[in-house]
Amino acid sequence: MSAEESDNFAIDVRSLNKHFGDKHVVNNVSLQVRRGEIFGFLGPNGSGKTTSIRLMCGLLTPDSGSGTCLGYDIHTESDKIKREVGYMTQKFSYWDDLTIRENLDFVARMYGMPNRRVAVEKTLEDLGLTTRANQLTGTLSGGWKQRLALAACMLHQPRLLLLDEPTAGVDPTARRDFWEELHRLAAQGISVLVSTHYMDEAERCHKLAYIAYGKLLAQGYAADIVAEQGLHTWTIHGEHLTELSDQLRCAPGVDQTVAFGAALHVSGRDATQLEKSVHEIAAARGLRVEPSSTGLEDVFIYIMSRSQDNIGATH
Amino acid sequence: MDNFFSFSRWWSIVLKEFLQLRRDRVTFGMIVGIPLIQLALFGYAINTDPKNLPTAVIAADQSEFTRTLVAALQTSGYFVVTEQLRTEEEGRAALAQGRVQFVLNIPVDFTRRLLRGERPALLLEADATDPAATGMALGAINQIAQTVVMRDVTGSLAHLAGKSSPFEVRVHRLYNPENNSQFNTVPGLMGVVLTMTLVLMTGLAMTRERERGTMENLLAMPVRPVEVVTGKIVPYIAIGLIQSSIILLAAWLLFRVPFIGSLFAVYVAALLFIAANLTVGIMLSSVAQNQLQAMQMTMFYFMPNILLSGFMFPFRGMPQWAQAIGNVLPLTYFNRLIRGILLKGNDWIDLWPNLWPIALFTVVMMVIAVKFYRRTLD
Ligand SMILES: Nc1ncnc2c1ncn2[C@@H]1O[C@H](COP(=O)(O)OP(=O)(O)O)[C@@H](O)[C@H]1O
Ligand SMILES: [Mg+2]
Repeated sequence: MSAEESDNFAIDVRSLNKHFGDKHVVNNVSLQVRRGEIFGFLGPNGSGKTTSIRLMCGLLTPDSGSGTCLGYDIHTESDKIKREVGYMTQKFSYWDDLTIRENLDFVARMYGMPNRRVAVEKTLEDLGLTTRANQLTGTLSGGWKQRLALAACMLHQPRLLLLDEPTAGVDPTARRDFWEELHRLAAQGISVLVSTHYMDEAERCHKLAYIAYGKLLAQGYAADIVAEQGLHTWTIHGEHLTELSDQLRCAPGVDQTVAFGAALHVSGRDATQLEKSVHEIAAARGLRVEPSSTGLEDVFIYIMSRSQDNIGATH
Repeated sequence: MDNFFSFSRWWSIVLKEFLQLRRDRVTFGMIVGIPLIQLALFGYAINTDPKNLPTAVIAADQSEFTRTLVAALQTSGYFVVTEQLRTEEEGRAALAQGRVQFVLNIPVDFTRRLLRGERPALLLEADATDPAATGMALGAINQIAQTVVMRDVTGSLAHLAGKSSPFEVRVHRLYNPENNSQFNTVPGLMGVVLTMTLVLMTGLAMTRERERGTMENLLAMPVRPVEVVTGKIVPYIAIGLIQSSIILLAAWLLFRVPFIGSLFAVYVAALLFIAANLTVGIMLSSVAQNQLQAMQMTMFYFMPNILLSGFMFPFRGMPQWAQAIGNVLPLTYFNRLIRGILLKGNDWIDLWPNLWPIALFTVVMMVIAVKFYRRTLD
């Protein structure tokens, strides 16, 4: 790969591996994030998202694999990476027994910011926390902590943000504001890698990667990931969907059913068989059926279950 | 240059530690509470019966009788003659530096005057800093002398046998003539308190960051290990000095311990000893996984220190293996320093043999601590 090409990537890592004991937590992960891109990192709990992010910013040393972060080698230049990356940890990691202002001031000093006081006051103002600046950080609510953490990891104006489940446990309004802020930042050329569990957030990313059991199962634009699986989906509306779903799963052409409240998504790769089965079973119960587009969630559940089958098969 | 050590980053670590400390009431209570509790608990010494105490002999008179006497001292088990000296000055120096516990001075003419029945005197000088270390031996000395006269004299001296005390043993207790055990215990407490609090608090300081998850944040920032490690210990140096001052004040006002040596030397020794303990704490905290482990390791380190450093039992009363362990503990040397300064008025030359081991210990620990400081979360 040419130097120019790698310059376009904020993150470019190849074949990363990490074991904890005999547990293969990150398995051959390769990932490219372009500059100015919001890259969503999805996967169930314990799939290796946090570990992958730590590998990328030099907090953990990979067992094997190589790569760059903002053009700096992840093995040898983690000092430079640290200066230009803003990392928001999954667990709130600012000091509870320091006040909000003291925390921000500490961070500003760590990065040796020349206009430290101004930057801290401006951040406090932007956060709307000026009046509470002398409050102990430990007394803040979850939503406020999350906003503070984001502001703090942005304080030194990093070129790349690594956000580890930044919106977990945050209310919908705050989440919406948060994502608007992310898009504003991306528009300014800042690259963002964000891990999340929320599908609506996944839809707001430019690109996505899906990881399970330490392996990257899919990576790319949302539309491409969906198209790649070649799934067709029908939605059935009605009640007592559990029983219906059991019945459907045994029917030919049906690969998976997913319940969304009072609706059931039925997906399969064989379009004709699927349509036939869905109509037969729905008609027998007098339920309303309509064709729908396959969503990201349907696809991820599908990918997940298939990879589980594969893992099961190897044993 | 900014890459290797940034003063401002280091200073902000220092500030952060002070801020957090100020809000930690429990720790603050410990700073004042531990010295007071220890003073109350250990105000009274434990008596034991140390043997084989090193003794220097200044034999200005050498005769069959004096040789018999010295041999009898050795067989008693309390005294071991480790050196022969010529002058009283040499004797005093050996006591001041703690090389020997006793100096036996046999004056010129002793045998001649003994034969003439003039009842001459032997002088036994004792380092009575720790009354427990010398008490039993001094109690036994007259008995031993008597036995020599009763049983061991033969030949030309035989006519002395059976006579009651044809000579006298004058005991001269140096440094702590009143045999006040608190004079020994209270200064010793200083090192014990510093060991306990400082190792524990620095041990917790680092593991607390790891346990609360803030370590991950610190590691993600461009701060150097030496900045973190040294920055974190600065506040504890101040704490150590406060504790030292509390003990010194109590020693002076409540226990009336003599302050013969220089206060400056006391603080120099304290500062060095504080540094030694802080490096131990940092060492432990980089090995411990959480605060509980740090506490346990601190106790593990603390026990031999309190038992084998000569604080609780006279160092010379301990078996060889225990002395060997005691010899690698900084508290052993600090106990000698502080007692030497306060009670004996030791000068720098006397102190040196006990200063350098602490300095060496500190340097070794610091190197290990910085090496062990994990730059990643691995
Ligand atoms: N420091 C560690 N030591 C041992 N196992 C770990 C460590 N960190 C993470 N793991 C394990 O690695 C797996 C992946 O964890 P993680 O990367 O946190 O997943 P995610 O962020 O996707 O939830 C989990 O099974 C977790 O228990
Ligand atoms: Mg995680």
